[in-house]
Amino acid sequence: MSFPWAKQYTPTNPVMKFFDEKLPLPRLVYDAVGAGYPVPRNLSYMWNFGVLAGFFLVLQIVTGVVLAMHYAANAQVAFATTEHIMRDVNWGWLMRYAHANGASFFFIVVYLHIFRGFFYGSYKAPREMIWLLGVVIFLLMMATAFMGYVLPWGQMSFWGAKVITGLFGAIPLVGEPIQIWLLGGFAPDNAALNRFFSLHFLLPFVIAGVVILHIWALHIPGSSNPTGVEVKDESDTVPFHPYYTAKDGFGLGFVLIFFAIMVFFLPNALGHPDNYIEANPLSTPAHIVPEWYFWPFYAILRAFTVDFILPAKLWGVIAMFAAILIWFFLPWLDKSPVRSGHYRPLFRKFFWFGLIPAMAVLFYCGGAPAEEPYVMFSQIATAYYFLHFLVILPIVSSMEKPEPLPYSITEAVLGSDEKAVLGDNTESTA
Amino acid sequence: MRRGRNKGKSGLTKAGLMADTTGAATPDMIVEDDENGVRRRDFINIAAVSFAGFGGAATLYPLVSQMAPSADVLAESTTEVDVSSIEPGQAVKAVFRKQPLFVRRLTDSEMAEANAVSLDALRDPQTLGERTKEGHEDMLVTMGVCTHLGCVPLGAAEGENKGEFGGYFCPCHGSHYDTAARIRKGPAPTNLEVPDYEFTSDTVIQVG
Repeated sequence: MSFPWAKQYTPTNPVMKFFDEKLPLPRLVYDAVGAGYPVPRNLSYMWNFGVLAGFFLVLQIVTGVVLAMHYAANAQVAFATTEHIMRDVNWGWLMRYAHANGASFFFIVVYLHIFRGFFYGSYKAPREMIWLLGVVIFLLMMATAFMGYVLPWGQMSFWGAKVITGLFGAIPLVGEPIQIWLLGGFAPDNAALNRFFSLHFLLPFVIAGVVILHIWALHIPGSSNPTGVEVKDESDTVPFHPYYTAKDGFGLGFVLIFFAIMVFFLPNALGHPDNYIEANPLSTPAHIVPEWYFWPFYAILRAFTVDFILPAKLWGVIAMFAAILIWFFLPWLDKSPVRSGHYRPLFRKFFWFGLIPAMAVLFYCGGAPAEEPYVMFSQIATAYYFLHFLVILPIVSSMEKPEPLPYSITEAVLGSDEKAVLGDNTESTA
Repeated sequence: MRRGRNKGKSGLTKAGLMADTTGAATPDMIVEDDENGVRRRDFINIAAVSFAGFGGAATLYPLVSQMAPSADVLAESTTEVDVSSIEPGQAVKAVFRKQPLFVRRLTDSEMAEANAVSLDALRDPQTLGERTKEGHEDMLVTMGVCTHLGCVPLGAAEGENKGEFGGYFCPCHGSHYDTAARIRKGPAPTNLEVPDYEFTSDTVIQVG
């Protein structure tokens, strides 16, 4: 693990020496996020988002544990206890608004983290496992966020639960029994609310566990960097602490300004007014939309309107799940040995003018009502989305002529590297 | 590996942060800002860490405070009791802060018995007058919570064991309270607590 020039943890304080002998936890921290972890010296602010995601996971767990002290997962009182938190509990409004907006910020930073991975080829060898674990974390996050949104037991909670569990009803033959089994009833009620609460409490700790694996896997090859050129020498790296603790700390302060603006001045801007109406199984809100972070996938779900062998509804469900599951195959679909989009002219064009606009369209259409022209836009964007991953990426990566890579990170930063051998500017990706 | 390439330079600096690692650092990057050797970086460091530290500490306050009684619990923290219907020798149980409250109208003999006790004989010396309101010496208002370990003493309801001193008796560990609800025998350390209360009229008390 790590590079041979990594700084060694050498405690001088007798207490820390005692600790290091019996339980080398400070050493673990030192080697993981301290001076003992050498990191490429050229990381941009796009490399802040892993730490930021970790921060928001902790924030969600802390505020969530607090909320669970005051909330009761019972359909009779869930809505009332949510209002109790808002009105009676000391600082309860702050805890709930921080938790609700914290979920949005968690998704914002994770989406930017994934975006970074897409553009800079962070998923490529030798970092495939980091990527796969990341996709697992993302799936767990989606499940956790969905179940969390059900807990206030407002109208959107109830109908969101009904619609999402209804997706499973699309599965032929076993669909309906599965849906009833998931809900513990024929519609969302006490049984569903209770199990969602239980799982909503459990899954963040599962996420924390997978995050540890994610970081563990990261520390084997070390962090990638904007050039995609692997670290060759000590001059290519700086210690994580203080260089990236400072840089991440600055980024965290910047993000927290926006977080504070949302929590204190626009706490309900990302929510739905309907969720302040108690769940009513006999009245559906006029316009059901999921939380904004599900919009792209919701658009894919609704893009399928024609039965073709299988019913359209099932196609939508399959496509929605496939849209994420396809990421598991990304390291093997994109075969280009060059990681960074900076050195891939053709990939870059399809990325900026294909994938990103398609995802923007899906995002917008997912939040729009299910009518024309949004459905047609969603269909075109969905088609491109799958085409991009399944066809364009493999073809581009096999025919593209990448631009010349710098010899090393040092050369990319300083313009020259005294160790660079004339003519040897090829990158070994093994 | 080119370990120690900049060793000479890093030895010159206090923190050795820049020169050790950039490969391009030169000693003039380490600026001594004034004659006392205080660097701009030291100032930034202290300012940033104290700012973050203060903000972190400030966010701890709500996290601790949320566990304190909420507004709806505090809203139940006063109780009104109408004492007009309590006959001498009779007691009622009310609820104050989710705990039993004993309101007892003493008979003349009970008052006399309480006043006859020498304060020297008491574990927690208090006169009946100190434990009641002036002009209402017959109204004994106490918490129904034994000062030993918090059980509810017997003696408020009719037919219950009033203990050896005719007041209250705690069945958990055998504490005996007299007619002024003062501890006389058993493990309890102090008299039954008299909560803050006042007569809002001749017949109504407000507790809390």
